[in-house]
Amino acid sequence: MGKNVLLIEDEPHIAEAIRYVLTRDGWQVASHGDGGDAIEVIRRSPPDVLVLDVMLPGRSGHEILADLRRDPAFSDLPVLVLSARGLQHMPEGATRVMAKPFANAEVVSAVRAMADARGRLE
Amino acid sequence: MIPFNILVGVCLTYVILLFGIAFAAERRARRGRIGWLRSPMVYTLSLSIYCTAWTFYGAVGYAARSGLEFVTIYLGPTLVFVGWWLVLRKLVRIGRTQRITSIADLISSRFGKSNLLGVVVTVIAVVAATPYIALQLQSVTLSFGVFASDRPEGWALPNVNGTAIWLAGGLAVFTILFGTRNLDANERHHGVVMAIAVEAVVKLVALLAVGIFAVWGVADGWQDVSARIDASPIADWPLMPGRWIGLTFLAGTAVLTLPRIFQVLVVENADERHLATASWAFPLYLMLMSLFVVPIAVVGLSVLPEGSNPDLFVLTLPLAMGQEQLAMLAFLGGFSSATSMVIVAAIALATMVSNHIVTPLWLYLRQGGARAPGDVRGLVLMSRRLSIAGIMALGYAYYSLSGGSAALAAIGLISFAGVAQILPAMIGGMFWRGATGRGAAIGLTVGFLVWIYALYLPSFGSGGLLSEAILTKGPFGIGWLRPHALFGIEGLDPLLHAVFWSLSLNTFCFIAVSLLTFPSPIERMQGLAFVNVYEQGPAPRGWSRGGAEAEDLLVMAQGILGAHEAQEFFQKEAAAQGKADFLPETTPDFIERLERRLAGTVGAATAHAMIAQFAVGAAVSAQDLMAVASEAQQILEYSIQLEAKSEELARAARQLSEVNDKLRDLSVQKDAFLSQISHELRTPMTSIRAFSEILMDPDLPGGMLQKYAEIIHEETIRLTRLLDDLLDLSVLEARKVQLNIKVANLHDLLERAVQSASNTRPERSFTYQRDLPMEHMPIITDTDRLVQVFINLISNARKYCDAARPELAISVRKRGGRLTVDFIDNGSGIPKKAQRLIFEKFARLTDTQRAGGAGLGLAICREIMVNLGGTISYLPGQGGAAFRVSLPVRPEVQLRQQQAA
Repeated sequence: MGKNVLLIEDEPHIAEAIRYVLTRDGWQVASHGDGGDAIEVIRRSPPDVLVLDVMLPGRSGHEILADLRRDPAFSDLPVLVLSARGLQHMPEGATRVMAKPFANAEVVSAVRAMADARGRLE
Repeated sequence: MIPFNILVGVCLTYVILLFGIAFAAERRARRGRIGWLRSPMVYTLSLSIYCTAWTFYGAVGYAARSGLEFVTIYLGPTLVFVGWWLVLRKLVRIGRTQRITSIADLISSRFGKSNLLGVVVTVIAVVAATPYIALQLQSVTLSFGVFASDRPEGWALPNVNGTAIWLAGGLAVFTILFGTRNLDANERHHGVVMAIAVEAVVKLVALLAVGIFAVWGVADGWQDVSARIDASPIADWPLMPGRWIGLTFLAGTAVLTLPRIFQVLVVENADERHLATASWAFPLYLMLMSLFVVPIAVVGLSVLPEGSNPDLFVLTLPLAMGQEQLAMLAFLGGFSSATSMVIVAAIALATMVSNHIVTPLWLYLRQGGARAPGDVRGLVLMSRRLSIAGIMALGYAYYSLSGGSAALAAIGLISFAGVAQILPAMIGGMFWRGATGRGAAIGLTVGFLVWIYALYLPSFGSGGLLSEAILTKGPFGIGWLRPHALFGIEGLDPLLHAVFWSLSLNTFCFIAVSLLTFPSPIERMQGLAFVNVYEQGPAPRGWSRGGAEAEDLLVMAQGILGAHEAQEFFQKEAAAQGKADFLPETTPDFIERLERRLAGTVGAATAHAMIAQFAVGAAVSAQDLMAVASEAQQILEYSIQLEAKSEELARAARQLSEVNDKLRDLSVQKDAFLSQISHELRTPMTSIRAFSEILMDPDLPGGMLQKYAEIIHEETIRLTRLLDDLLDLSVLEARKVQLNIKVANLHDLLERAVQSASNTRPERSFTYQRDLPMEHMPIITDTDRLVQVFINLISNARKYCDAARPELAISVRKRGGRLTVDFIDNGSGIPKKAQRLIFEKFARLTDTQRAGGAGLGLAICREIMVNLGGTISYLPGQGGAAFRVSLPVRPEVQLRQQQAA
């Protein structure tokens, strides 16, 4: 039984690709396409790792992340931020950042690494 | 002998002819070829509505009864016109600068845009005009009767009342058809004025023909006529100086205060210089009209049997001599005189009733104000139509009540005396800044009541509306309150008696109350604008600050002026302020001009009230008036210069700040653009890379291969389309695009666009409202590019319109060499803040999935339109999302450029 990954991504094709590679790596992947109610979705079923797109309809990934970090329950949740606007600025609160387009293997290893790091802490 | 049917046939033919003339003139005017429609001669001839059937038939009767006294009716107006620069010029100037719609509007506007005064004047005018309209009905009915009587083999008039009722109904229909086509009184009634000018010619020719026939056909020339005059009682009439002066004064007053004369003199005036022509031409017309009055009277008296009605000599004289054609012409002359008067009077009175009574009442009842577009216009039109019918009905009622028996001249003078009550307020308002609204209201009311009591009610005859006892002994036996001997002054002619008392008390109250009361700020301001109308310079403003939302004002103005007029006005104002879109800054100056524009349609008081609901608290304050009140000429001049300078500065500043804003926006935009481009390119590339890596996986389940390859393919196309759009945009922006100019039918282009757009959200039912006949017009342009713009707008509507039953109205309009196509949907429209942004690159308002495109569509449309020599703009205030595409029908400039290249 693998761990849970929640994917917040509005582009359906990208979401499908990430879901495919992570599932193959043994993760349970849920995905959601809207930024407006993303926080509620995260609270309802807290994941082990969150993969978050920046440009989302409703609310941006930055805003969602900032909200999340204010909540003690999620202050140390591993978050991988995917950005399509280059990596000029590292979004505050992100555990890792990755530029689009990415290598699938990198996403998988990043998610693994973050989950492992957290597991060691606990 | 002329059978009844033929007579009616001739009348109908004549009316249809007039109708045709009015229609043709209206069409000409609409095509912008006003030219001779507005010559000083047409203006002068239209003034001839002063000469009604009363003048046409009644003057001869008057002469037969009272000798030369009838001349006073012509003398009064002649004096007023000869001295035109004294009062008339100022009146016309005020009417034009203040966009006055009627005489009630004039008084209301002058005294602080008070609607109460508008109502008082309207009531006076309607009551006073009623006998006059009855008089016209009576004269035409009488003239019909002439042909019916004394003819054993002939026909008898089936029913006198029947004739009058048909006549009143027919005139009401004609007036409604032509008088209420244009709503804005300042747009003027070209058709009606032209028809009236023609009628003026007909009545003059008819009267001259009968006169010439009387002098040379019946009598033996002038000498014989003058011998007959010496022998007739006309020579013996004593000259009564009191009555002469009184009647001349009354007639002169009437030409200023009769609502119908005011309509043609002031409201329909196209050019102030026409007055100069009218100042000699109109008296000349009157002189010609009066030239043969006495000869016809004398010859009639001597030829026709004892007891014939002298009011009908113009008809009976040729008939008695067997000249049926001439009698027919005379009949048409009288018919013309009556119809033209009734038509113009009904238009003028209906404007007053609808602007001062119906619309304010409706506004009051709605409380919330007229924010919904369209309904004001419909209401005003409907109320004008109903008012016309109502006024005709009143005229008919008076006719039936008064028994149609009194001599024509007597009825006419009663009307004159009634409207004369407006004179003190009018003259006082034009020349005396201290005059106040309360003074005017009280003066008018007192004068009006005295007139009603001393002249109007007695006119129904003793035992009519006033009992015999009141007439001879006074009410409750109080002798000094007898209608014909007020304050114990007896022996005076009843008419002069009433005129004297009503006008004296009116003027006294007006002056006394004005001196005792203090004008309100807005009254003071209007007083200045009226009294000093010749002084150039910025008009004092009624609004101290703007503050109203431009879009709210636009929605309201569209309701009153009509969508196109209002948009044009707003766009022009915005352009004058240096702004590019439809919404100007709501500066006090702009609001003032808007108010005046609206006043041209609904009157000053209503326009002021309607604006006030949007510019709450912005009405003029005492402080703003300090500048207005300062009378020192130097200060005024200095402040005028300053004002002009500061206005210029303000305009420059506004332009600068717009440019500055734009530059700043552009720089922000450039960064945003690069970042956006990056996002738009990276997104499909991400999918492509991710899925190609997945495809490289040797363990990929078989069914997935096909699916993932399709996704890669799809994303590649998306990428290509984005690059195409970007390239297209950069070529368009660099103005390097090769245009492929072709001739096409606009309808075909729209049809193509609608077809192509149909695959956007095809699952949803979507209705188009189109004006197919208008769409068929040739256009020379790059048709593919234009269709591209159309497709974009239609697809956007299909995509974003959020109505339950989405609809898109496509309307086409051609003006000059330009074509505009409006695309207006019934959704919730684009929020005001976003309206500025939508034509910018990547200015997508909703999320990617719904939009599908990259957000370059409208930016490309804008660039295409610039390349086609046109524009695309967002049209605010339409309810739904509204876009206007405007372009020249043939692109002259570009063609020349291409040829040169």
